[in-house]
Amino acid sequence: MANSTDTLKEIGTELAPAPPGHEHGTLTAWIQDLIFTVDHKKLGFMYIGMGWLFFIAGGILASLIRLQLAVPNNHVLDPEAFNGAFTMHGTAMIFFFAMAMVFGLANYVVPLQIGARDMAFPRLNAFSFWTTFFGGCFLFTSYVAGPGLYGTGAAPDASWFALAPLTSRAFSPGNNIDYWSLGLLISGVGTITGGVNVMVTIFCYRCKGMTLYRMPLFTWMVLVTMFLVVMFFPPLSAAQIMLVLERFFGAKFFEAQAGGSPVLWQHFFWIFGHPEVYILVLPAFGVISEVIPVFSRKPIFGYPMMVAASVMIGFISAGVWAHHMFTIGMDSFSVTFFAFATFVIAIPTGIKIFNWLGTMYGGKLRMEIPMLFCIAFLFQFLIAGLTGIMLGCAPFDWQLNDSYFVIAHFHYVIVGGIVFGVFAGFYYWFPKATGRLLNTRLGLWHFWVFTIGFHLTFDPQHFLGILGMPRRIYTYQEGRGWEFLNMLSTIGAIIQGIGAIIFIINMIWSARKGKIAGDDPWDAWTLEWTTTSPPPEYNFEEIPEVRSRRPLWDLKHPEDPDWKFE
Amino acid sequence: MLNHQYTRYSLATRGSGRGWQLLGFTFAALAGFLSWAPVARAQDSTIRAIQNIFDPLSAPAETLYQISLLVMAVCAVIFLVVGGLLTYAIIRYRRRGPEDDHEEPPQVYGSAAIELAWTVPPILIVVMLVLVTARTIGEIQHPKMPETAEQVRIIGHRYWWEVRYPKHDVVTANEIHVPLSSRTNRLPTQMVLESADVIHGFWVPQLNGKTMLVPNYRNTMWIEPYATGIYLGNCTVLCGQQHANMLIRVIVDKPEVYRKWLESQKQAPVSDPQVAEGQQQFISNSCGTCHHIENARGATGVFGPDLTHFSSRATLGSGVAPNDDQHLRSWLVNPQDLKPGCLMPNMQLSSNQVDSILAYLRTLK
Amino acid sequence: MSTDTYATPETEWKLPSPRKVGITLVILTESSLFTIFVVAYLFYLGKSLNPPYPREVLEFPWLGSFFLFSSSATVVVAEQRLKKGDRGGFHLWWLITILLGAGFLVYTGSEWYHLIYHDGLTLSTNLFGSTFYSLVGLHASHVVVGLVLLSLILVASLTGNIQHRHHEHIEMISWYWHFVDGIWAVVVTVVYIIGMQS
Repeated sequence: MANSTDTLKEIGTELAPAPPGHEHGTLTAWIQDLIFTVDHKKLGFMYIGMGWLFFIAGGILASLIRLQLAVPNNHVLDPEAFNGAFTMHGTAMIFFFAMAMVFGLANYVVPLQIGARDMAFPRLNAFSFWTTFFGGCFLFTSYVAGPGLYGTGAAPDASWFALAPLTSRAFSPGNNIDYWSLGLLISGVGTITGGVNVMVTIFCYRCKGMTLYRMPLFTWMVLVTMFLVVMFFPPLSAAQIMLVLERFFGAKFFEAQAGGSPVLWQHFFWIFGHPEVYILVLPAFGVISEVIPVFSRKPIFGYPMMVAASVMIGFISAGVWAHHMFTIGMDSFSVTFFAFATFVIAIPTGIKIFNWLGTMYGGKLRMEIPMLFCIAFLFQFLIAGLTGIMLGCAPFDWQLNDSYFVIAHFHYVIVGGIVFGVFAGFYYWFPKATGRLLNTRLGLWHFWVFTIGFHLTFDPQHFLGILGMPRRIYTYQEGRGWEFLNMLSTIGAIIQGIGAIIFIINMIWSARKGKIAGDDPWDAWTLEWTTTSPPPEYNFEEIPEVRSRRPLWDLKHPEDPDWKFE
Repeated sequence: MLNHQYTRYSLATRGSGRGWQLLGFTFAALAGFLSWAPVARAQDSTIRAIQNIFDPLSAPAETLYQISLLVMAVCAVIFLVVGGLLTYAIIRYRRRGPEDDHEEPPQVYGSAAIELAWTVPPILIVVMLVLVTARTIGEIQHPKMPETAEQVRIIGHRYWWEVRYPKHDVVTANEIHVPLSSRTNRLPTQMVLESADVIHGFWVPQLNGKTMLVPNYRNTMWIEPYATGIYLGNCTVLCGQQHANMLIRVIVDKPEVYRKWLESQKQAPVSDPQVAEGQQQFISNSCGTCHHIENARGATGVFGPDLTHFSSRATLGSGVAPNDDQHLRSWLVNPQDLKPGCLMPNMQLSSNQVDSILAYLRTLK
Repeated sequence: MSTDTYATPETEWKLPSPRKVGITLVILTESSLFTIFVVAYLFYLGKSLNPPYPREVLEFPWLGSFFLFSSSATVVVAEQRLKKGDRGGFHLWWLITILLGAGFLVYTGSEWYHLIYHDGLTLSTNLFGSTFYSLVGLHASHVVVGLVLLSLILVASLTGNIQHRHHEHIEMISWYWHFVDGIWAVVVTVVYIIGMQS
């Protein structure tokens, strides 16, 4: 297993053998490799690279939004630009940052964790990536379309969930909305095909002995996630097809004047929209479920329950969508039902937090950077879940909906939860992917600056919602009690931005100068740590065989293997 | 102009505060009478700009406040317990140094008993929450309305609120007057919410939660304020460029004051020869194709707010600016300056036209 | 106490076939897509503000359904022929499947021609028009894709490029074709049987 790290460094970081006639190591060779690769590891990098690119774009938009809202009656952005800014911020962050991270991590890690050589359909994998990437670029082309570079372009400006009938031709006459629906239709194809690919890989390419009940939890979470992708992205595509037909061919789907129902759009969208947030968060749960055991030096507490809870979350997530529509004027029975379902989904989610706690109890917690992000995740996700319960109580939601309280809640989930999980995953798997550890000192700066910035940004926003500040307003008047909290939030956003920059610097620096990691820098137990860092293109010299959930533990502790106790 | 202070009516002593209320009102009425002697308005001009959802001043908002207290209490307990356990774990079980690396801790895989123990309490909490939630939903959505309830019909437009009083044949815009309610004299206001174009949202936190205004869909909500004042609110669903400036003012008055206001709104404006020129300009510049003014021939439009009693309103542009001469002039010169993206175009009026139309509008009290 | 379920070299490590799992997932995802259009159609039944209405202009698609459902049978026959090694029989029945599918499209096309030019029902006429054409059109587009796949197989086989090891590929395409038929059964029920009440 362990070999000379220098030769491995060479093997791992070397490009695929250059085609005859092409010089090795040139830029053209590198670009060609990138365009034509079907290797899950390289595609994983590309998804992740794409994700950081759109993260920066989304972050710039967020900074503009916060600058505009720092003081009342501000003039940083005019209303049109502001509406475009928060629409593009949300759309980019959700579909082209968070989804890209999910697919990037899944692509890179899952085949290694199950002992496979690649995804089930490598060429389809490449297709999925390029389609998704193209969709994102198409979306951002809207900024240079229309009035061009010096205006705000034709950026979609009806919010990331594009409520009908604001999105109809009558109220959105330009092409803004079309960039949104077409861009997401295109990337949706990539996402769905990617989801199918990952699921087939997990079902059909596990190494010998790895039953579903012996898979690492990250892979389990990805499996449930991809099931949700396959089942719940089509409703979004369907609704967008209807929107395109309406805007281009005069179809009548959501048009009130034809007897149509704008509420139907909301149902269709949220049938996608709610499972989408679980699609985003489950992989983060997976990362936490990998990192906490390793850094507590104990196996995960209650593996079967963790699996069961995740599957339950997947199924229940299909039945809570209308909690985004509590204020639309539904009948009492429906409102009660969806409040009930929302409370119910909190149960398996809460159980997972207890299981993570149970893993830490009695352990020997190594407070390294991945673990720091996990601990912050636990606190923040706990709060996010609790504000979610508040929002799930429909009467309470009648006050809090469409206000900054909701913005605070979902940023707590997405940034405080998912992004922190992604960071933990990065510090954990970066050494495997590049052969070098991320710098610890920069990591500490990153962690503390980002965490402080995160809290300074979003904690005040809970109170803004409580004080009546609605969402999506480009400015506000003095005297509403919102000035101080908005200023705090803006300062926090700037600090968060600095934290993110520190992280990007860390990645770039450590890729070249980081400490050599070796195969297994964390003394971990799953299959990806049995191969070199970075792994060769074929992943494993020999496809491994496993007898338990922690095959590497079994190898390291032959006197006390897991399979005797599981 | 905006008053940061507001009188906080303690919920627990609502009954016992009545003496002070009466005294305060007498004083305010006296002051109001003296300052607006010609028109006895005696409105409570306290502007409730800080709309804290935890400071309800209306019966349904109070109900929502009660359940939110319960939910927050439950969440606080959960946070303290789980957060406490987490903090304890981090401190107690952290690796203290290289001496901790010699052997791994006991490899515990799980425990069915513990799993059960921490699954049952959440289930019980959920059951309790669902029951309380269901009851509250019923209380808010199916209230017992007395015959005396006032009725208001609000139609959302981009970016203003059309306000109609079906019982009284009164039409106004953006500023909604409602009567004060009390335990002995219940005067809730039922509101019907509709939309003329896209989806809007109506939210005045101290009066009730928010409800959407959806085209081709009729929503209802109710408020029952027990404190006078001017309550500020917002549109809560993105409706376009000026969503931020689609502001709400709900003016809660004592029933007598409210009735006086209704009477003044029912009176049609009398033609004033001094502003005949302005009225003429109003019509000839096509203002009447969008704006309705009672008794003004040619001013029959319904696309924009009804201006019959325009100068009785405190703000213009649905709250974007105070309704004083300076701002009205700016609006008439170019509404896009004050509210860029609003649907009233620049009417290209000359300075003289602006002056005369302004004078005319000022007679529409 | 050891729950040793380790697969020894003697026991088999059997994993499902990737192609089967793949096509199943594709069918699941497409079903999810169709469900939304079905829901839209059902939700808007009886809500169109102006004619034409379903009961006025729809006729039960006997011929089209006959074509499509029989093509499911013929594709099964073709597969059986292939299994028996009867290449000629496989080509014949596969071709008949394609022709039946094309016949279905011709039928749909003529139905639409009639609806558009004689009854005045288009995508933008009313809620019925929008939901009808989008749902039936989505299904028809899947028939087109299916026909393309079937034709590619036929051409590949005729040029000698299909071997025995491709039997699973062919089976997967036939599964897709059965799925398209299954969707048609749903469409017939929803659009014609239920829809014609309104």
